[in-house]
Amino acid sequence: MTTMREAFIQTVNEGIENDPRVTVVTAVISSSNFPQENERVVDVGIREQTMVGVASGLALAGLRPVVHSYAPFLVERPYEQIKLDIGHQDVGAVFVSIGASYDDPVWGRTHQSPGDVALFDTLPGWTVHVPGHPDEVTPLLRQALKEDNRVYVRLSLHENTQAYPVGEGFTALRHGKRGVVLAVGPMLDRVLKAVDSENADVTVLYAATIRPFDSDGLRKAVQQTDHADVMVVEPYLEGTSSHLVSETLQQIPHRVRSIGVKRHAELRNYGTAEDHDAAHDLDVVGLGSAVRSFFRG
Amino acid sequence: MTGDEKHEWAAASTIDVLWVLYDRVLNVTPATADDPDRDRFLLSKGHGPMAYYAVLAEKGFIEESILDDWTSWDSPLGQHPDRMLVRGVEISSGSLGHGLPIAVGTAIGQRIGKSSGRTFVLVGDGELDEGSNHEAIAVAARLKVANLTAIVIDNESAMYGWPGGIARRFAVEGWQTAEIDGRDHEAIFTALTAPHDRPYAVVAKIEKSY
Repeated sequence: MTTMREAFIQTVNEGIENDPRVTVVTAVISSSNFPQENERVVDVGIREQTMVGVASGLALAGLRPVVHSYAPFLVERPYEQIKLDIGHQDVGAVFVSIGASYDDPVWGRTHQSPGDVALFDTLPGWTVHVPGHPDEVTPLLRQALKEDNRVYVRLSLHENTQAYPVGEGFTALRHGKRGVVLAVGPMLDRVLKAVDSENADVTVLYAATIRPFDSDGLRKAVQQTDHADVMVVEPYLEGTSSHLVSETLQQIPHRVRSIGVKRHAELRNYGTAEDHDAAHDLDVVGLGSAVRSFFRG
Repeated sequence: MTGDEKHEWAAASTIDVLWVLYDRVLNVTPATADDPDRDRFLLSKGHGPMAYYAVLAEKGFIEESILDDWTSWDSPLGQHPDRMLVRGVEISSGSLGHGLPIAVGTAIGQRIGKSSGRTFVLVGDGELDEGSNHEAIAVAARLKVANLTAIVIDNESAMYGWPGGIARRFAVEGWQTAEIDGRDHEAIFTALTAPHDRPYAVVAKIEKSY
């Protein structure tokens, strides 16, 4: 079965082949998967600041750079370059990460990036895709390669059992009266299991694209329930999207519960991603407990 | 010395190189400022852009009349230049260590696009303290970015300097280098028009500023 990373590589190679604007910039990671002899494949070595700076220059010269690395090295290390070389220069690029919050926890904190989407959220003009299945990666990337905007695509080893159509706005998968659960990317399967296990009468929205935030979609979903109670389940830092939920529902008395990677302490454990999910209450048990307590009554 | 005074020093340090560049070297005019084949000049050392603005005004990229109220609310001219506000400005700069990596990218982009344009980037010797420059110095040489010229204004403002001199730091990575008097217009012109088949660094020495 194709992974999200493989879908990304295949789609970008297709872009290199068919679109003379598409140019890949890497810092070693994944670079061997792109045609080495092609001048539009640029590996700068282990130099992430320069990776982003070079991407900026390529965009200024009219190309469509795809910038790729492991999430902490793509987003956190060269954050000022993202802010200034891409955003402040007002150029576009497609940033694609692997590793997510803790896909490979045996490598420790250095290879974990639960704050990546929150960091992009501090910068204007970014589209953020968090696909939940490899088959969602290809259409999202193909669209991104065609445009000139700033796009972040967050890939993960964790995925849902099936893909959903991607496009603008949230997709309603369940309809209920007690409130709304918004599940982002790979969190969907677990959210559905948790909701089922609790027999919760809630609407479940799915988002493979979290920025721009589909305020209209959320507002309409809330209006069709009896309670303006919204739970947001994100596979990265808890609360990353809660300010947008509050902004969306500012005219309506509402409750929000934000679920995600906990902020309160650094988890100094290795183990498996499943261990970390459990520690952050992001497994089915933890999510079921959150659903039960939040939608009680 | 106040912050503003330091920026005035910064402007004074670049004025001769900027003038020779725009007057005799760069293939760009207000009419060709969007031409893909233009030469691109990137002011990485965005501090003290008054000299830059003055040269852009003299060459017709901006109106001279807007110089007087620079940094005011309605002015497009700030203490650090913004490419979205000033015609002819290729990059927005101010934070040090960004221009050289971007210049490597624009030069590669020009090469991919089969453009006849060249990329020139101006950095300060103090700015070279930023590690991102050294990533870019190595990458430009490895990728043989021959249409790139880096001009280093050396007024000895780096905290600890560079053993063996700045040119050596570039040369050891494979750059062609030249060292000149940064106040001598003929020397600046000769250096900036010298042929090179690899990335090229011109170290323009000027008087120690502070």
